[in-house]
Amino acid sequence: MGQFIQQLINGLTLGAVYGLIALGYTMVYGIIGMINFAHGDIYMVAAIIAVTVLTLLGALGISAVPLAILITLAVVIFFTAIYGWSVERVAYRPLRKASRLAPLISAIGMSIFLQNMVQLTQGARVKPIHAMMPGGFELFTHDGFSVHLAYTQIMIISVTIILLAVFSYLITRTSFGRQQRACEQDQTMTALLGINVDRTISYTFMLGAALAAVAGVMVTVYYGVVDFSIGFVAGIKAFTAAVLGGIGSLPGAMLGGLIIGMIESFWSAYLSPEYKDVATFGILILVLMFRPSGLLGRPEVEKV
Amino acid sequence: MTTTPMLQYSGVHAHYGAIHALRGVDLNVQKGEIVTLIGANGAGKSTLMMSLFGKPAASAGKIAFQGNDITRVPTHDISRQGIALVPEGRRIFPRMTVLENLQMGSTFADPAHFDADTRRVFDMFPILEQRQLQRAGTLSGGEQQMLAIGRALMGRPQLLLLDEPSLGLAPLYIKQVFRIIRELNERDGMTILLVEQNAHHALNVAHRGYVLQHGEIVLTGTGKELLASPEVRAAYLEGSAQAHG
Repeated sequence: MGQFIQQLINGLTLGAVYGLIALGYTMVYGIIGMINFAHGDIYMVAAIIAVTVLTLLGALGISAVPLAILITLAVVIFFTAIYGWSVERVAYRPLRKASRLAPLISAIGMSIFLQNMVQLTQGARVKPIHAMMPGGFELFTHDGFSVHLAYTQIMIISVTIILLAVFSYLITRTSFGRQQRACEQDQTMTALLGINVDRTISYTFMLGAALAAVAGVMVTVYYGVVDFSIGFVAGIKAFTAAVLGGIGSLPGAMLGGLIIGMIESFWSAYLSPEYKDVATFGILILVLMFRPSGLLGRPEVEKV
Repeated sequence: MTTTPMLQYSGVHAHYGAIHALRGVDLNVQKGEIVTLIGANGAGKSTLMMSLFGKPAASAGKIAFQGNDITRVPTHDISRQGIALVPEGRRIFPRMTVLENLQMGSTFADPAHFDADTRRVFDMFPILEQRQLQRAGTLSGGEQQMLAIGRALMGRPQLLLLDEPSLGLAPLYIKQVFRIIRELNERDGMTILLVEQNAHHALNVAHRGYVLQHGEIVLTGTGKELLASPEVRAAYLEGSAQAHG
C-alpha cells in the first residue's frame, strides 16, 4: 500500500514533466502537421541553460530558493523560446512547401546539431547542481514503508497544473488561441482573414519551447544532474505520450504524459527498472497498432 | 466617370501550377456596384478572385484597390485593407463553433463593433444564432454558406467578394443568398464582386457583368445587356433558365 502510493506520487511527477514536453510536440503537430524531432533537444538545451543560470545565481549569492527558481525560469524560458523560434526559422520554414519527408529529415538534423553543439561547448560530462530543495513531507508510514512527498514534487505537479490551466485558457478563449486553431484547420483561409500565418507558427514553436523550458528547469532541480544526451530519451517518451493521448490534442498530451509516467514508475518498482523503456515503447507500438488516433485524438476522416 | 475604381485589374496574368489561368484580364468595380463575373467551370473565375489575395500571385499586370497597387502585398495584409472574401467551398473552420468563426472574421475589426456586428449577422441569418455554440462542421451546407458570409461581414469590408455562394444550395437558400446580396448593396452601400455559375440569378442582381472564357474577358456590359445577349443566353442561360423558371 505504502509502496503503491509512493509510486503514484513519483509517477505523477515524472508524468507531469513528460506531459509538459508532450504539449510542445502536440501543438507543433497541430499547426504544421509535423513531428518536431528537435523538441526533445530543446528541452535538453533548457536544462543545460538552467544549470548555468543556477550556478551563476549561486556564485552571485542569491540563495533564496523561490527567487532563484523564478529568475531561472524567466531566463531559461527567454533563451529557449529563441531556440524554438530559430529551429522553426532554419529547419522548417524554408521547407514549408517541400514534401513532408524533407522537414522531418531537417528536424532530425537539427536534433543532432543541438546535441553536438552542447557536447562541444559544454562538454560531455554530467553537470550536477547542489540540491536546492531537499526534504519534503512524510505523509504516513504503513507496514514499515514511509511515503514521502518531496518539495520538488509538489513544485513540479503544481507548476504543471497552473501551466495547463493557463494554456487551456490561452488556446480556447483568447484571440491568439483562435488564430492558432484556425491555422491548424485551414492556413489559406486564415491568411485570407488577415492573419499572419508564418508569425502564428513561429509563436507556436516559441510556446512549445517555453513549456519544454519549464520542464527542463524542473528536471534540473528535481534530479540535480543533466547532460547533453537527456533530450533524446525524454523527447521520444514525450512523443510517445503525445501519440498515446492523441497527437494534436492538448489534454491528450497531458493525459498521455501521466500514463507514461505511471507506467514507468510502477514498472520500475514492481517488475524491473531495466525494462521500463521497453514498457513505454511497447505502449507506443500497441497504440499505433490498435488506436492510431490516440486516446483523445480525433480520427483522420472528416466531414467535408 | 473619372473617379478611381474601387477595384481595378489591368492586364493581369496568373498561373495556377502549369496552367495559364488568367491571360491579361482588365476589369474594374466602382464603389457601390454589384459586379458579377460569369463563366464556365475552369474559366479562371476563382483564380481571378484569389489572385487579388496573391494566391496565386499575378505573374504580370497590376491589381489596384482604391488606387493603391496591391499586386505584391502579402496575403494577410489584403483583408486588413477592407476586402473580405466568401471563398469557393465556404472554408469555414469546422472544429470551431459558429461564434468562434464569426470572431475569426472580426480579428482585426474594432472590438467595440463586435456585439453590433454579431447582432446584424444573427438578424440576417437567425439559424446561426440558434447554433452559435455548435461546431461549424456540423452545420448543413446552406448554413455553412451563411456562416461564411457572416464571417466575411464581421470585418466590415468595403469590398465583398463572393465565390459561387449559391453552389450546392437548395433553391430556397439560393433565393435568400441573392436577397442578402441585394440588401447589403442597397441598404449598406457595400461594393460587391460576385462570381457565379448561376448566371441568371447573378445577372439579375448585378449592375454590370463580365464574361470570362479561358482566362480572358470576352464580353462585358450591364446585367440586363448580358442577360439579353445571344452569346450569353446560348452559353450560360439555356437550360439553366428552365431550371430556375
